[in-house]
Amino acid sequence: MWIFLRRRLLTSAISLVGVIIVVFFLARLTGSPANLYLPESATQEQIDEFNRLNGLDQPLLVQFWNFLVGAVRLDFGDSIWQRRPALDVALAAMPPTLTLAGIALGLSLVIAIIAGSIAAVYRFRFPDRAISVTTLTISSIPDFWFALVGILVFAVQLRLLPTSGYSTASAWILPTATVMLAPIGVLTQVVRGAMIDALGAGYVQNARARGFGTARLVARHALRNASLPIVSVAGDRAAGMVNGSIIVGSVFAFPGIGTVILGAVLNRDFAVIQASVFVVGVGVILVNIAVDAIYALIDPRVRVGAGKGK
Amino acid sequence: MAIDSKGARAVLLPDATVSRTGARLTLHRLLHSPSALISSGWLTLLVLVAVILPPLVETAANRQDLSLRLLPPFSLDNGPMFILGADGLGRPELLQLIVGTRTSLLVAASAVAIAAVIGFAIGLISGYFGGWVDEVLMRIADIMHTIPSLLLALAVLYVLQPSIANLIIVLAITRIPVYLRVARAQALELRERVFVESSRAVGAGDWRILRTDLAPMVLPTIRTVAMLEVASVLLAAAGLSFLGIGLQRPDVDWGMMVADGRPYLATAWWVTVFPGLVIVLTALAANLLSNWLRAAEDPSQAARFIRRPRMRKAAR
Amino acid sequence: MTALLKVDDLRVEFLTDTGSPARAVRGVDFEVGEGRTLAILGESGSGKSVTSKAILGLVDFPGIVSGSIRFEGRELVGARESELRGVRGTGIGMVFQDSLDSLNPVYTVGAQLIEALRVRMGLGHSAARARALELMAEVGIVDPERRIDNYPHQFSGGMRQRICIALAVALKPRLLIADEPTTALDVTVQAGILRLLRRLQDETGMAMIFVTHDLAVAGQIASDVIVMYEGEVVERGVIEEVFERPSHAYTRGLLAAHPGAVTDWRDLRPVAGDPMLSREEAIADGF
Repeated sequence: MWIFLRRRLLTSAISLVGVIIVVFFLARLTGSPANLYLPESATQEQIDEFNRLNGLDQPLLVQFWNFLVGAVRLDFGDSIWQRRPALDVALAAMPPTLTLAGIALGLSLVIAIIAGSIAAVYRFRFPDRAISVTTLTISSIPDFWFALVGILVFAVQLRLLPTSGYSTASAWILPTATVMLAPIGVLTQVVRGAMIDALGAGYVQNARARGFGTARLVARHALRNASLPIVSVAGDRAAGMVNGSIIVGSVFAFPGIGTVILGAVLNRDFAVIQASVFVVGVGVILVNIAVDAIYALIDPRVRVGAGKGK
Repeated sequence: MAIDSKGARAVLLPDATVSRTGARLTLHRLLHSPSALISSGWLTLLVLVAVILPPLVETAANRQDLSLRLLPPFSLDNGPMFILGADGLGRPELLQLIVGTRTSLLVAASAVAIAAVIGFAIGLISGYFGGWVDEVLMRIADIMHTIPSLLLALAVLYVLQPSIANLIIVLAITRIPVYLRVARAQALELRERVFVESSRAVGAGDWRILRTDLAPMVLPTIRTVAMLEVASVLLAAAGLSFLGIGLQRPDVDWGMMVADGRPYLATAWWVTVFPGLVIVLTALAANLLSNWLRAAEDPSQAARFIRRPRMRKAAR
Repeated sequence: MTALLKVDDLRVEFLTDTGSPARAVRGVDFEVGEGRTLAILGESGSGKSVTSKAILGLVDFPGIVSGSIRFEGRELVGARESELRGVRGTGIGMVFQDSLDSLNPVYTVGAQLIEALRVRMGLGHSAARARALELMAEVGIVDPERRIDNYPHQFSGGMRQRICIALAVALKPRLLIADEPTTALDVTVQAGILRLLRRLQDETGMAMIFVTHDLAVAGQIASDVIVMYEGEVVERGVIEEVFERPSHAYTRGLLAAHPGAVTDWRDLRPVAGDPMLSREEAIADGF
C-alpha cells in the first residue's frame, strides 16, 4: 500500500509542478503581463516601472526561475485589488467552498447510492427507467439557470428563502442544490453501472445461491466492490465542484473561491487568478491522494498486490 | 478428455435465424423507442433551424425597440415573432433564440469534434507506442485534470479575447483528455491482441497497423463518448457565455441570453426562463439519445429492449 | 418413495427483441433420489448449466422458466423469491466452476463462512467462527486458524474451491449442485476435490447433481447420468450401462471422441462427423 501511495505522491508532485508551469505561462501567453496586471488606463511609464519592479525586463528563463522561487515560498505576488498577498485572498475563500463542496458531494453520494442501487436491482424495469430519466434530466439543467430559476421561484415568488447572506441554514439550500446538479446524475449512473456489474458477478450469484436476501446482497456483497468506481468518479467530481463553485459565486455571491476567481477576472487581478489556480490544483491533488488511500482501504487486493503490479 | 472445451458457442441462438442485424436492428429499436425518436426529432429540427433561419431573421432579431422592452410572452399583438416576448432592449426573444441556436450548436459540435479527433489520434499513438512519449502525454492529461475545466477556461479566455473561435478552442482543449484516456486505454489493450501480432508477422508497419487494425476498433467507443460529451459541452459553453467571458455581442448564444435576462429576473421571468428551457431540452435530447444509442449498440443491454410479458408464468 | 428432486418438462427460454426466443432448455425431465448422484453430461451450450441455475431459481429476466421442479414435494417454478430463498443454501446448495469469481474478493474467507452460518443457520458469532474453523479443516485446509483471516486471492485454485465447498456444505443442504467444480483445476487437484465431495456425501447423506463435460469425472463420481444436447436429454440411465451401451448417436459420438477410449489418433472421431445425429442443427452449428 505504501509503495502504491508513494508512486501516487510522485505523480502528484509532477502534476503540481505542471500546474505551476501552467500558471506561469498563463501570465506570459499574451506577451507582457503588464497588460494583465495593470489597469487598461496605465501609461507607458507605469508599464515600464511595473516591468522593472517585477523583473519583466529580464530574460524569460530568469523570470521563470524567479517565479519558481516565489512559488516555492508560496509567494504569488500581491493582489492589486485587495492590497494583500494573493495567496491569502485565495486561501481565505477556501473554508466556505470546502464546506459547500463537502456537503454537496456527501449528499449527492448518499442519494446516488440509494437511487443507483434501486435502479440496478430493478434493471430495465419501471424504477430503473424512472430514475434514469430523472437523472438524465437533472444532468441536462444548466447550473446557472437552475440557480436563477431557484431564486425566482423560492426567493422572489414564494419568499421561502433569502436572496443574500449566509448566516442562516436556509441560505445554503439553493447554493448546495446548484452545486449538486452536476455530480448527482453522473454519480447515480456510475453507481447503477457498478452495481449491475457487481450484482452479476459470480460471488453475488453465489451468495444468492446461499439464500441471502436482496438487501443483504446489495448492501454487503455488491456495494463494497461497486464502490471502487464510485469513489474514483466521486474524486473526479470533487475537482468539478470548483466549476459549480464559480457559478454559485456568480449567482449567489457565495463567499467562496468562485467569487474570488470571478472578482479577480473582472478586476484584472492576475496574481489572485494564479494563486487560485495553485490552491485549487493542490486541493485536487490532495483529493486524488485521498481517493487512492480509500481504494486501498476498500480492496485488499490493492493493499497486497501493490508491490508487484503497479 | 473434454467433449468440447471451445467455450461459449452461439448457444442461445434462436431456432429462426436472427432476423435483424446491425444498422437495421438499431433502426428497428429506434422506431420502437418514443424517447429516442422524439430526441432525434428535436435535434434534427434544431439543426435545420440553425442552418436555414438565422440569415433570414438576423436583422429583425437584433432590432432594438425600446417601446417593446420586456414585452410579455404569449401574445400575437406585435406579430408572431414576439410570441415569446421581448428582452430588456426590446429584441424579439424567439428570433434571438433562433440566432443563438446557430452559435450554441456550432460551438458544441465543433468543440466536441475537435477534441474527439485530437484526443483519438494522440491517445491511439500514445497507447500503441508507449514509452516516454506516452508517459509525458499522460502527465499532461493529469495536469489538465488537476485544474477544473471552468477555471482553466476562465483563465485562458481571460488572456485571449472572447470570440466564437476562442470559445471553441478553449472547450476543445479542456475536453481532449476525455478522449485521450479512452483511446489510449483501448490501444494499450489491443496492441497485445493476436490480429495485431499477425499483421506484424506479415510485415505491416506501425502506422499501417495503427490505421487499419487499431483505429477502426477504437472508433466506435470514441463515437459513443463524443455523443455523451455533446450535452456537457453544450452546458459548459452556455456557462462560459453566461459568465460573460465566452462571447461578445453581436454574437449571441443561449447562455448569454440567460445572462441578459438576469437583471429582470423579478419582473420579466421569460427573458431568463425561455433560453434556459431550450438548453435543458437540447441537452436532455442529446443525453437521452446517446444513452439510448449506447444501450442499442451494447449486446449486454439487449434486455432493455425486450418487452416484459405481463404473465410471469407462461405455462402452469 | 418420492424422489428428492423431480424435474418435469423443464423449459428455459431467453427472450430477445430480434426474433424468436432462444430456447436453452427444451423440455427436460429427470429425478434425483435421496443420497444419489446424478451427472449431467454435455458440452458447453447444451443447457446443463442453465438447468442447474433454474433449479435454484437463479434464472433472471429475460430468461423465462416453465415446467415443473419439485424439491421435497415443493414446486419451485413460479415460487416467490422469499420461498426460493428458504430453499437456497439450506435445501439445495451450489458450487460453481470459477472459485475465484465465486468468493467475494473484499472479505476474508472466514467472514464469508461466518456470515453464512450466522444469517442462514442462526449461529452466534463465536459459535459460527468455531464451526467455520471446523468446516475449513473438514474440507482439507491446513492450519485453519491462520488461514481463516486470509482473502480469497491468497489461496490457490484448489484450496479456493475447497472453501467454496465448505461454504455450500456449511448450510447442510439435502442436495448439492456442483457446476463443473473441477474444470478449472489441474488433474491431481481435481482428484482431491472429487474425493472430498464423495467423502462429504458419505458423511452427510446428501444427494448431488454433478454438472460436467468430462466423461471421466462423471464416471468417477456419479451413479446415474443424463446426457444433454441442444437443450434436450438424449440419453439417461445408470452410468455404467450408458457408458457400455449408449443408445443415442450423440452419446456414442461422445464416447468415441473420448481420448481414453482410443488407442490410435485415427480412432478419434469428431462428434459432428457422425451422420446419424438426429438434429440437423447439430451439423449446421458445427463443433
